[in-house]
Amino acid sequence: MNNYYKKYIPYIFLLPALVMLVIFFFIPFIYTIILSFKDYSGDIYNPVFAGLSNYSVILKSKEFYTTIFNTFMFLLMCVPVLAIFPLIVAIFINQKIKGINIYKVLIYLPVVVSIVVVAIAFKWLYAQQGILNYILEQIGFNPIGWLTDTKFALFAVALVTIYKGIGYYMMIYLSALIGVPKDLYEAADIDGANEFIKHLTVTVPHLMPTIALVVTVSSISALKVFAEIYVMTKGGPLNSTKTIVYYIYERAFENLDLSMAASASVILLVVIMAFSFVNIIFFENKRYKF
Amino acid sequence: MRKFIKGFSIHSFLIFISFISLFPFIWLISTALKGSNENIFAYPPIFIPQDFTFENFIGVWHQIPFLLYFLNSFIVAAFTVILNLILSSLAAYPLARMEFKGKNFIFCLVLATIMIPFQAIMLPVYLIVLKLHLVDSYGYVTGYLGLILPFAVNAFGIFLMRQAFLSVPKELEEAAFIDGCSIINIWRKILLPVCAPSLAVLAIFTFIGSWGEFLWPSIVLTNKTLFTLPVGVNDLQGIFSANWRYIAAGSIISIIPIIIFFVAMQKYFVSGNTEGAVKG
Repeated sequence: MNNYYKKYIPYIFLLPALVMLVIFFFIPFIYTIILSFKDYSGDIYNPVFAGLSNYSVILKSKEFYTTIFNTFMFLLMCVPVLAIFPLIVAIFINQKIKGINIYKVLIYLPVVVSIVVVAIAFKWLYAQQGILNYILEQIGFNPIGWLTDTKFALFAVALVTIYKGIGYYMMIYLSALIGVPKDLYEAADIDGANEFIKHLTVTVPHLMPTIALVVTVSSISALKVFAEIYVMTKGGPLNSTKTIVYYIYERAFENLDLSMAASASVILLVVIMAFSFVNIIFFENKRYKF
Repeated sequence: MRKFIKGFSIHSFLIFISFISLFPFIWLISTALKGSNENIFAYPPIFIPQDFTFENFIGVWHQIPFLLYFLNSFIVAAFTVILNLILSSLAAYPLARMEFKGKNFIFCLVLATIMIPFQAIMLPVYLIVLKLHLVDSYGYVTGYLGLILPFAVNAFGIFLMRQAFLSVPKELEEAAFIDGCSIINIWRKILLPVCAPSLAVLAIFTFIGSWGEFLWPSIVLTNKTLFTLPVGVNDLQGIFSANWRYIAAGSIISIIPIIIFFVAMQKYFVSGNTEGAVKG
């Protein structure tokens, strides 16, 4: 059976995909690194080799520090909620009750709708005289400038990312919940544990690998946030929602500052590759093993 | 009685979550249906429009070429799906079934692309696309190609199909080979039909991803006649600045196709076996 194909056959099958991956992943990957060592600030058509000077400029830039700080704050706001809340929803959905599919469809709906529409919808909820401020007033708070106050803007953007992610991570948890042995729940029942204790002692330990997976996957996607910011705040007010991908976009396509864009890209690459590496080695190793 | 309370609390919680999930859209629809005689900033907010009208929908429909945006989004998404299905399942076959020199190397190469986020390489991708003249300033076809080709294949799709091929019994191929079936026909007539469910999952998630893609089209597109839906919808904010009735109506119009698609294909989304298929 082993020699039922000619030796070159595997390469023919692989060729089209590899060509595309080389053109749109590997060449750009190397190109990014090369760009980051060049200085485009003089003549954009004749960059000169700059060594590590782009990195020393960017690492001294106050704006870039703000960007990095915002990016990690954004991650810290989104990831814990996205790791825990969808799990709670999934546990509720995983009960044998009527109408489960309707709930699943409704909760998953924001995942399939374009982020641009979701961001516009939230911008409308966040309006100064909007409905969220009305609710705040009703429960005894002062109205806030959700997207105009530097203290709240990043949090307001994070809420959108969280809203859009709940259904997605809920589905991941649901498929993992199927694998939890039923007899463990029965044993907990006999011990007289209530629902909360049961899930804390049986479900959570069993789902630890999945929770870790959700943490890494949602971290990576938080580091890559862009559309929400572009649609709602353009990085403002006063850079308070400028995260790294928005910074790269602004440098590359608005300021034509290729050197800074490329250096920031390399920094983003290193961080995301670290997260992905952990993810592939520890949490998704089944799918990617030989 | 205890069972009733349990059922009641589960339903209450899930109704509450579903309500939150729909709320931003309900509020958009409510705003879009309010006529010019009604204050959309009324305190307290009013859900049921008092000056009920479809005028905003009609008005925005006449000013914005939604059909063109639908068509552009559809062309881009359809070709992205077709290319992904073909290229992923072609590449997955040798990775699942054949032994050849450099297999480990190629496997790791493909795996490595998972770790490279598009956002970190978009600048060089743009420079390459420019160099290849795949932008809309050279015409419609090149414009579409520039939107499609960078997403023609990705490692997730290749690994998804490889998993599917691995689960097909080898005897099936052996029998076909003994019957004189060529290798390309084994792939096309045996593996692909057996793996149709995985192809469907790949197609649906690639479609959703491509349909909602915003970053790349907003970088490469300069010609409004090639705008895809997300770019066109974002543009509403500039065109109608503070006219939230029109912005809301336009946003709602733009999501109708994907909602229909989602409801029609819901079993693929909620079946639970699509874990992590694609995430932007």
